[in-house]
Parts: sequence; structure tokens; C-alpha cells
Amino acid sequence: MTFQQPELDTSPKVSDEIRKTTCYMCACRCGINVHMKTDENGEKQVAYIEGNRDHPVNKGVLCAKGSAGIMQVNAPSRLRAPLKRVGPRGSGEFEEISWDEALDIAVGWLKPIRETNPEKLAFFTGRDQSQSFTGFWAQNFGTPNFAAHGGFCSVNMAAGGIYTMGGAFWEFGQPDWDHTKLFMLFGVAEDHDSNPIKMGIGKIKARGARVIGVNPIRSGYNAVADDWVGITPGTDGLFILALVHVLMKAGKIDLDYLSRYTNAPVLVDASDGPNKGLFLRDADGKPLVKDRNTGELTAFDKPGVRPDLSATHEVDGVTHRPVFHMMADRYLADEYAPEAVADRCGISAKRIRTIAAEIARVAFDEAFELDQEWTDFRGEKHAKMIGRPVSFHSMRGVSAHANGFQTCRALHVLQILLGTVEVPGGFRFKPPYPKPPEAHPKPHGKVTCNGPLDGPHLGFVHGPEDLMLKDDGSPIRIDKAFTWENPMSSHGLMHMVISNAHAGNPYKIDTLFMYMANMSWNSSMNTRGVIDMLTDKDESGEYKIPKIIYSDAYSSEMVAYADLILPDTTYLERHDCISLLDRPICEADAAADAIRWPVIEPDRDVRGFQSTLVHLANRLGMPGFVNEDGSAKYQDYADYIVNHERKPGVGPLAGFRGTDGSKAGRGEVNPDQLDRYIENGGFFVSHIPDEASYYKPWNMAYQNWAVEMGLCDAPTPYLFQLYSEPLRKFQLAAEGHGERQPPEHLRARIKETLDPMPIWYDTDQTGNEGFTVNALTQRPMAMYHSWGTQNAWLRQLHGRNPLYVPTKLMREKGLSDGDWAKVSSPHGSITVPVMEMAALNENTVWTWNAIGKRKGAWALEHDAPEATKGFLLNHLIHELLPPKGDGLRWANSDPVTGQAAWFDLKVKIEKAAAPADLAESQPELPPIKSPVGTGPKDLTWKVGK
Amino acid sequence: MTELPQLTDRKLGLVIDLDTCVGCHACVISCKGWNTENYGAPLSDQDAYGANPSGTFLNRVHSFEVQPDAGAAQLIHFPKSCLHCEDAPCVTVCPTGASYKRAEDGIVLVNEDACIGCGLCAWACPYGARELDQAAGVMKKCTLCVDRIYNENLPEEDRVPSCVRTCPAGARHFGDLGDDTSEVSKLVAERGGMDLMPEMGTKPVNKYLPPRPKDELASDIDVLAPFLKPVAEEPKGFMGWLDKALDKLPGGAK
Amino acid sequence: MHPAPSVIAFTTLSGMGFGLLVFLGLGMPAVTGLTAFVFYVLAYGMAVGGLLASTFHLGHPERAIKAFSQWRSSWLSREGCCAVAALVIMGLFAFGAVFLGAQWRFLGIIGAGLSLMTVFTTSMIYAQLKTIPRWNSAWTPVMFLSFCLAGGALIAGQISLAQPLLLGAAVIQLLTWHVGDRAFAEAGTTIGSATGLGDRGDVRAFEPPHTGSNYLLREFVHEVGRKHALKLRVIGFGLAFALPLLLLLAQPDSVGVKHLLAALAVLSHLAGVVCSRWLFFAEAEHVVGLYYGKR
Repeated sequence: MTFQQPELDTSPKVSDEIRKTTCYMCACRCGINVHMKTDENGEKQVAYIEGNRDHPVNKGVLCAKGSAGIMQVNAPSRLRAPLKRVGPRGSGEFEEISWDEALDIAVGWLKPIRETNPEKLAFFTGRDQSQSFTGFWAQNFGTPNFAAHGGFCSVNMAAGGIYTMGGAFWEFGQPDWDHTKLFMLFGVAEDHDSNPIKMGIGKIKARGARVIGVNPIRSGYNAVADDWVGITPGTDGLFILALVHVLMKAGKIDLDYLSRYTNAPVLVDASDGPNKGLFLRDADGKPLVKDRNTGELTAFDKPGVRPDLSATHEVDGVTHRPVFHMMADRYLADEYAPEAVADRCGISAKRIRTIAAEIARVAFDEAFELDQEWTDFRGEKHAKMIGRPVSFHSMRGVSAHANGFQTCRALHVLQILLGTVEVPGGFRFKPPYPKPPEAHPKPHGKVTCNGPLDGPHLGFVHGPEDLMLKDDGSPIRIDKAFTWENPMSSHGLMHMVISNAHAGNPYKIDTLFMYMANMSWNSSMNTRGVIDMLTDKDESGEYKIPKIIYSDAYSSEMVAYADLILPDTTYLERHDCISLLDRPICEADAAADAIRWPVIEPDRDVRGFQSTLVHLANRLGMPGFVNEDGSAKYQDYADYIVNHERKPGVGPLAGFRGTDGSKAGRGEVNPDQLDRYIENGGFFVSHIPDEASYYKPWNMAYQNWAVEMGLCDAPTPYLFQLYSEPLRKFQLAAEGHGERQPPEHLRARIKETLDPMPIWYDTDQTGNEGFTVNALTQRPMAMYHSWGTQNAWLRQLHGRNPLYVPTKLMREKGLSDGDWAKVSSPHGSITVPVMEMAALNENTVWTWNAIGKRKGAWALEHDAPEATKGFLLNHLIHELLPPKGDGLRWANSDPVTGQAAWFDLKVKIEKAAAPADLAESQPELPPIKSPVGTGPKDLTWKVGK
Repeated sequence: MTELPQLTDRKLGLVIDLDTCVGCHACVISCKGWNTENYGAPLSDQDAYGANPSGTFLNRVHSFEVQPDAGAAQLIHFPKSCLHCEDAPCVTVCPTGASYKRAEDGIVLVNEDACIGCGLCAWACPYGARELDQAAGVMKKCTLCVDRIYNENLPEEDRVPSCVRTCPAGARHFGDLGDDTSEVSKLVAERGGMDLMPEMGTKPVNKYLPPRPKDELASDIDVLAPFLKPVAEEPKGFMGWLDKALDKLPGGAK
Repeated sequence: MHPAPSVIAFTTLSGMGFGLLVFLGLGMPAVTGLTAFVFYVLAYGMAVGGLLASTFHLGHPERAIKAFSQWRSSWLSREGCCAVAALVIMGLFAFGAVFLGAQWRFLGIIGAGLSLMTVFTTSMIYAQLKTIPRWNSAWTPVMFLSFCLAGGALIAGQISLAQPLLLGAAVIQLLTWHVGDRAFAEAGTTIGSATGLGDRGDVRAFEPPHTGSNYLLREFVHEVGRKHALKLRVIGFGLAFALPLLLLLAQPDSVGVKHLLAALAVLSHLAGVVCSRWLFFAEAEHVVGLYYGKR
């Protein structure tokens, strides 16, 4: 018999139509091609999802979540209609109601609040990708109480970056993947900008460039790192400052860069009094430097000036010194020598020196030039762009500590000292960044009944005068953001809202309105406590938080704790804009934004949440949403996206503006804008000119381009702030200067932690005696930032989560894989299965976050592994630190920004039982009733025939 | 049919870079999505929302820890699917001829219409590359996306396996390993591409690029030490150095 | 390997059924008429029943006919062909014996040979698998054939032959266990060679690809406790060989008791072979388990 094989059609039809939109399975916001096939009923169904090759974010690739989108849009956990609570809170007993009834109820609650006291509404959104819209809504409602989830996620990272250099890591910037030769990655969690980082790592790996990972856990990106530094959690700042010490001492810093583009040469007032530590400024308020050419005191930006890093300025016997002198004093001190920090960081002094030496070698010996002319803000022309091919990036880990703000600043100071920010081979901003703190709004909180707030809620404070305090000194905001407890809380403090509202401190609220925020589960510290607060009643039998409205697309754990549910659509059934006004999807070489549009229509009685907000605003007659005659400006969110103008010619979408769609950035409203986006693959890109591609904060070509694009209204070149004046202003207040004074108990802490130059301090260890093991969490890449794990494909990858325990601890505690261990913290204890991990800091345990699910949620069966074996570490973490005996309860958060200090958790661990002896992870919470039932048993998915 | 072709015209396969794979499972789910909708029966899932969810997957990402004699343990993510072996034992054991290796490109496939679901091919495969779909009762395996790589309904650049197209880190490469001049063959030659279980004699077409040596920086200290030579021991001396260094800068006045 | 009842039943019953056919084909005993009918019902019951049982684990039993096509390369296909040939030839032979009182000697020898071939091909389905080192040896066919002959002789009432054959099968069983216990290590496949990472250090399976189970784990990974296995070996060996031999050694006066003891010996042997066959599967370790840190 000769060899033979069957005939095979190798060119089958792939789909009937491709609809291009934007993914929403995480914060990455990749472009996707949704392949549609016609089913037996003649309706187009989603058949397959792949990455869009033309898209600026993912260039065709797509992660596991993105490809699993089909299981998300068909998930059995999708809510089907508006729900009104009929049983007690937490029972999960609801009845389905009409949208009219739902909106009537909501308006019935919100209208009196707006009329009498808008602060009684707390409106907080979770994994919201429309903050410029939700914020606009809240501002026009008039409540000061709005924020998204940044406060418990990333504010240290964002604020540390913006206050230091006008931009941060993540979607605000990226390493120059094409030129970098040494990439150093800090922090736990394989998160933000995940596909671009994977693509970037792939690029530099293909070139054989070196990756150094600094992370207690060698998973994910750290697994492919050429060198792994298994640092002790919370000590990154100390390690970074030791690198700074060694590099400065060896003179391996970019003096030319420091003198031109940073405030290192800016003179600091040394005279005692209310200006001590502030910059010497000229009459125009411009910081002063000494010109090395002339020796004259000069404004930093004067054409031709050569700012002197070394020269001091003497007035009346007082010597004013430049920032760089102060840095030398501080960082050359022995306390930052590798030998002094090695033990605390868990990294040998030799290793610290080797890493510093490698950084120095690559930054200076492998420097290169690009033949690209450019002109700086002082009018000086440069023939070339100098590459310093060392780049840094940081994950959430370093920022989730109570010293995270200063650690993030330290990391930026390190890269600035090397002269590797906004140069070839280094770190590059993505538009609309660079954007210094002065270019951002300040926080606003002035309430007027029946009127809008006086400005945007969130922003960047520049001193005590910008704090959100009432005349009596009490907080304006329910979350106590922008108060002395956390003056620079630029993202708000979502994690404090429920506990403050429950305590009636600073005041009681009437309605809590939340969106996509699983506060009764994995998005809260102290999950059990939060559940109790949500269900707690006062003496009169009323709930302490009287009314709760919640919007979600899925039957999450939070649904059961709301009184009114406004069901949202899935991401393929909605309009959205990923706007330059918000967190855009730009690349270092281009500005870009994108839309979502309904590639399928909902088969349930649900509406996109943003459209629901428009409907509510119209019924409430909110300014910004209704015309003078009371008629609605916008019918729904799509209408808003196209027709809203934040300022003349600048709207949510930058592309295809102008009546014929030919304008970018600025331009009149184009009624066909959404169609043009759809034709273009769901996104818009505008490339930055070549001469503007680096040195953006100081490059006039970039500054002018940014103005043209509507990113700013005038060129705003600025200096990187190695020394941060706003921090110093808070210190001055704590030292007794100025009218606004901090409460006594906070003075010492403000003086210590709001240091204008990066410092490292150990986080508060009160109550941690006997709890010596660091405990961390991260989301698995296949689930990072995705909303829910009920996805039928993804839950097979991560259906339960063991506690990963380092080999040494496993041996010490007599543990084997699968054994149960009791893990306790000063706040509580859990009993969970363990698994050994060798590639792990020897005093750290960790687990995948948010795998554990409550029985009854997410349409899972009660015996699903997520509900039986899965667990949350949240039960061990409290939003407050243990009592110190001073009668006060201190927040478990960063004293600068209020960022939740998830990763300061310390635990102890002991063997509980063998695998067979325990049925379920502890604590075991009672089931909640599912408003959607449970999913089907088996899936054999196929749309085409 | 069950006999192996004497020689295949090409040897199409994957080269998987263990130095670059970050273990994100993108390839796993992309494969699941494409092959649920395309070639043959859908990849089914049993108990999809219950206690023991278990579905058919043609590509799975393992992870291994390696503890070297000295130094830190390493974690290696390890995607694994059919290796399209030249001496594919799964083909010759098939009693019905459903399993076959294509003469033109060496892809190992299952003709689902002829498969009786006996499972013997899965027994014969050392790599766990074949899974019997519990709903369809037929053997499923990686097709190397034979319905993509020649598909004239796809743009030319998309005519690669779904896992390769989606891999964010670019850790998966597709090509003709029978052609020494192909990109994949060059990668294998440069990076020391290896076979899994060579002792099985299956002659896998797919190759794995080993991780590059790790944690070598510490051994470079002697080479690197000169980069850290202090410019001064005291802050005062540092200021002296600074002044001189500033003079040396381009555009330095004095 | 997962000890699937269908496969255990198949190999045990068909082995014994074809064993009986071997002896019947060789005219031991040269039965005819009603006695022959009983013998052949028994033999066909076991052989065909076993074959039918084996189809229970198929995903598509209705397509089983296709399995005869690949006899050139596939042992499973060859087994099917041999089984059908053996059953057809022995069917003719049985027809002669039952209805015509004939013993077509030539046909019987061919049938006996085909029956042995069938058992051999069955054993080769397992023995060919490099992936399961315990099976991948000449001992597998030797064991299957020795069991087939011993069981066949026993059930055929060939006491004098059954005794040495049982003794031989017992020795072969012990040797098979002895060799099998070392086979995985000697095959040289380790987690190091499976991953290609062995020269870098000690390799340990960390997170599995999926937290749940899958077809591969259900089919190929079956962990039997060492103590448990030893206990089963003792029981299996006792029932399959020791007890039948003892029962055969007994020389009772009564023919009835003798037949009763013989029947007991057969049943004991059958139970013992089931036990041995369970271990044959359950103790067999597929190399794919290495990827999961399991064997």
C-alpha cells in the first residue's frame, strides 16, 4: 500500500465579517478583531477574537484574557435586567424591575441629595475606563466624593512619577524597547501595560540585551530576567538609594543632563523662616540658577544659560546651595553605602555594587548617538540625540507599601541621575505625558446645592493651601483625600470610603453609588469587616449606609450588598472611548485613542453604565447634560462621545474631528466621528515628528506639536524635580510655618515622610511582633485586571490558588505540597493550602489574588474550587494599623498619598492539617443567592457549522 | 495512512524560546479559541462552571523550577503542544488510519471522521500532545493550524499558527525546520535548539531554545569594578571633582 | 495508567478465552457434541465478551470496523484481524466438533495458532509503547502468553499441563514485576530529559498548566501507594497461581469434589489475573507524568 492521506480543505472560510473594537479584559486596552459568523438563525455571532495588527498598543498580539473574551460575552454570570433588593442586604434576594422603575428609584434617591447636600452622595468607580466622563458626571452632580480605584492600586506610582518628572511608568511611558541594552524591572505583579511589556521584553530578549528583575518572586517577567534580585519586600527604596550612592560616588552620573534638564542646579533658600528649603525665584516666580558662563544668578530657562551644578550663592552671610549639593550631602553618606543596606534589603553588598557597575557600564560605555537635530527650550540647537541605553520600569509592588511614594521617587531620581529619561535607549513618555504637576488640575471640593462642583475632583496639590479641608479643618471628602493624613492623594482613597461612611467620619452619607468595584470581596482590605459595615444597622434599624446603588455587568460578590442594581453590558455590547482626556493608549512615538462600539447587541435588558449615567443626569437636569430649556444634550454615551467638548474643539476623541473629519486633536464636532473610527479599525493614531521623539519636556518641536494636538494650550517646558518643592511646603507647615497647620499628632510624621528628596523609611511595624514573614499577592497574567474569574476557559488555568511558601519555610514548618497552613496576621487568620516555591525570597509567601470566590457569585456552582480551595489574603489586611496606644487609629496607607499598603502585610505560618483533613479554605463565608443561577454543565462552543 | 511518509517535502514546526516565554498562557487560549471554532469538532469543556472544570486543550504551559548547584532557583515557563515528530509513534499505532503525517509538510493530523477514539495514539505519545475530546469522542491535537497557514482567506502575514500570531513576547516561531536556511533553522543553530526526550527516538520537529545562562552578573565583578572607582572619598573631594568635571563638559566655559 | 475496568476485563477475559480456544483447537480436550458446546460457549463468551468490553472505552464504537484496516503497522489493528480470524477459524472448528462430532485437526491447529497470535498481538499493543517503560519489554508478551496458556490449560481441564504452566506463569509474573519495577529508571527518561533542562540543575515541576485535571492526568497518571501495591501483588499472586496450584495438588476421591476444586481453581486464577492486570495498568507509569511532576 502506498502512503495516502485524506483530502483537506486548507482554506476554509474564516468568518463572515471582522468587527474591530477595543478589548476590556484589563487595563491594556488592546485592539481586537472580532470575527463574526452567521448562526443558524441568521444572526451574526462572535466566533473568534484575535489581536488587531494595526493597533498601536498590541500590534496584533493578544493575551489569554483577550482571546477568552468570547467566554466573557457569553458568561452565564451576566446580569439580565435591573434588580431591586427584596431580601436583607447580603442575601442576594432581588426582583427584576424595568429600567423606568430603576431610574425612578435612583432619581428619587439622588434628587433630594443634589438639592440639599450633594456631599451625601459618594460616587466611586472601580475598573472604570471612562473616568473623564464619570468624573464629569460627578462634578456636575456636585458631590465632592468621586474617585476611581487608583487609591488602592497605583497612586504612589502615578504621583511619585508626576511630581518628580511629569509622568510615570505603566501606560504613561515605556522603555525605549528598540534601543535599550539594560532593562531593570522592579516590583511584584505582572500588571499594567501588560502586552506592551511582554512585547518589549521579547524585543530586547531577541537582541540578547540584559534584563534584571528586582522582585521577591521570580515569576512571570522575572522568570525570564537574566539576573534576579530577590529583594526583601518594602526595601526597594533603600536598594535604589544605595545604587544612587555608589553611582554618585563613582561620578557615573550625567552632569550635562542634570544641569540642563533637572532642578539639580536650582538654588535652595537656606535662610531660616517660612521660605527655608524653597527655591530662590525671580520676580516672575522662575527658579534661579547660577550661570556657569557668567556666574550670574539667572532664571533657569533663560536662553544661553549654563546652569551650574556646583556654584553656591551667598546673600547676607547665608549660603544658598543648589539642589545637587544637598543630594551629594545626603546620598554620599555612609548610611546609603551597600554595606549599610545589604542586610535589610536581603542583597549582598557585592551584588549591589555589581549591579551599579553594570548600570554604569551600559549607561556610559554603551552610550550612542542618533543623528537627529533638535532644539531645546532655551533655544539651543543640538546636532544629535545622545542615547543612554539603560531603562527602568516598575510594577505595582514597590508602590503598595507605606513608603511607596518615596520609593517611586527614588527610582525616578536614579534614572534621572543617569540621564536616561526621555533619551534614546532610556525611558520615554507617551502623550499626553510629559505633563508636570502644574499642568494638571488641582483638587476641587467646593459644594453648591443644585449646582456643579467648582472643578475636577482629583488633581495635584502644590502645598497646604490646596488641601480639601473645610473651614473647621475637617475633611471635605468622605475618603479624607487631600488631608493632612495623606496630603497628595491624587487618586482619592476608594478603600476608605465604606469604613468612613459606616463610621460617619468625617460625616454620614446617604447614598453610596459604585461601579465595577468588588468592595465586598477582593477589592477591599478586611473583607469580612467591609461586609459587616455594608450590612450594619443603626439603633433605628436602618442601614448605617442607607442606600447603595451598584452597577456591574456580572453577578459579582458586590451585587448582593446593593439595594439597586443597574446592569451594565459586556465590552462587546457597548460604546466607550479610550480618551486622551483620561488614560489613553498612546505610544512614545504617537498620540492615539480608541473606541468600543457594540459589535453585538445585548440579548438582555441591560445598558452601558455610561449611558445610564447620561439618562440619570437628564432626569436630574444636571448642568453639562441638559440645555437651558431642560432638554437633553446627549441621548446616550455615544452621543456624548461625539458631541461633548471639554473646551472648544477638544472632545473625548481626538481623531477625525472637524466637519469633514480631517482634523486631529483640535477641531469641530464631527457627527460621523464614530463611523470614521470604526472604518479605521476602532482607533486613531497621530505620529510625533521625528525631531520631537525624544527630550519631550524640553524639546520645542514636541511642545509645539502637543499644543497643536490640544494636549496643552501653550508650550510648558519644565525641569525634572529631583527636589520636590510641594513636599517641602508640607514639611514647612509641619515645622509651624503658614496658616494651615497640621494636627499635632501628624507633625512629626509629615516632617519625616514628606521629605523633598527621596528617602527610605521602614513602614510602621506596630503590632507586628511575632509576625515576621512578608505576604504578597499578585494577579496571574491570564487574569490580571480582568473582571472576574468565572470565564470558563481562564478558570481552568487558575481555579484555585495555593499559598506559595519558600523552600526554607516549608522545611521549618514541616509542610509538604497540598498541606493546609494557618496563616495569621495581627488582624486575622486564614487556613489555606500551601505549595513550595524555590525561586522566592526566603522570608516571603504569596498567592494569586482574587482567585477565591464567594459561594453563589459569578454563576459558579457552590463546590467550585474558587469557592472551596481558593482564598483571599484580604482577610489578613486591615485598612487601619493595629492600635498604638495613642488613642488614634492610623490608616494602613502611605502617609504622602494614602495609597493602600497592601504589601506591608506581615504574617506567621503554621501547619494546620494534611490535605485530606480539611474540606475548605478558611474562613468559609455562607453562600449568597445567585441572581442569575449557575452556568451550564458542558460547553461545546461553535458558531459556524 | 497509518504508515509514516518516507520523507516529507518540508518539516513545518514551532521553535519555542524558553528564554523569552513569560508564561502568560496567551498561546493556550488563542489556540483554544481558534480550534474550538475551526478544524473538526469544537474543543469542549466539561463541568465548565462547576467543581472540576476540565476541557480539551491542544497547548498547555507548564512551569518548572530548576535549582542549580549554586545560586538562586530559576523558574522556566514551558509551553507544550504536538511536536510533529518525524518518527511519530502516535501515527503508527493508529488502527484506523485516522492519524497521519502529511507528506507535504510533515504536520501530524487526526482525520476525525475515521477516529474511533481508542486513545492508543495518546498512549504512544510521550509528550501528552493528544487529548480525547470528551464530547466528540475523537482525538484532538495541534494541527499547526493547517487551516490557517495555507488559508487564502487570511492575509498572508496571518498565515501562521494562532499561538504564534498571538504570542505577546514573540517566544514562538513557526517555519520549515527542514530548510537549513529558514529563520527558524537559523535560530535553532544559533541558540542550541533542543529536542524533548531525545531518548524516545521520536525525532521531534519542534525545537526548544534553552534559557540563556542566568544570574551571571555576580561573576563579572572584577571586570565591572573599574566602573565604580570612586571619584572622591569625601563629600568635599566630590565637589572638587564636580567642578573639574563640569569644566570638561561640552560647552564648558572655562 | 488509569486501570480502566473495560480494558482489564478485556485483556483478562479475552486472554483466558483465547487460551481455552488454543487448547480446544489442539484437541485438549477433544470434546464433541454438547460438552464441546459448553466449552465453546465459555471460550467464545470470554473472548468475544472481552473484545466487546474493549469497545466500551472507544469514543466511537460504531466506527470499530475501520480498525481492521491498518494491520500493516498497527498492533491494535493486527489484534482485531487476528481475533476475527481466530474466531472464524475456531468457529468452523467448533461447528465441526459440536454438530458433526468432527475434530478437523488441521483447522484446529491453525485456530489455536491464531488464538495465540491474538493474545500476542494484544500484548504487543502494550509492549510496543516506549512511553510506558514497564510495558516496553519482551516480558509483556511473555507474560500475556504464559497467562493465556496457563489459564487456558486450567479451564480446559488439562491438569497435568496446567500445573507446570501455572508454575511457569508464576515465575514469569515475578520476573515481570522484578524487571518492571526497574524499567522506568533504566529507560533513562527523567524530568531533565523531558524538559531539556536537566543539565542546568535539579528540575522540579512547579505550577501545572491548569489547576484542574485533564484527559492526560486521568488517563496516564494513577498513583498507587507502594504498600497497597505490594498487598495487591501478594493477593493477586496467591489467587492466580498459588491457590490454583494447591487446589490442583489436592487429590480428592470424589469426582464431584475434584470438579468443584477445579472450578474454584479457575475462579481463583481468574480473580488473581484480574488483580494482576489491575496492577499491570495501575503500576504502569507513562513518561508524560514527568511533565506534571508525577509518575
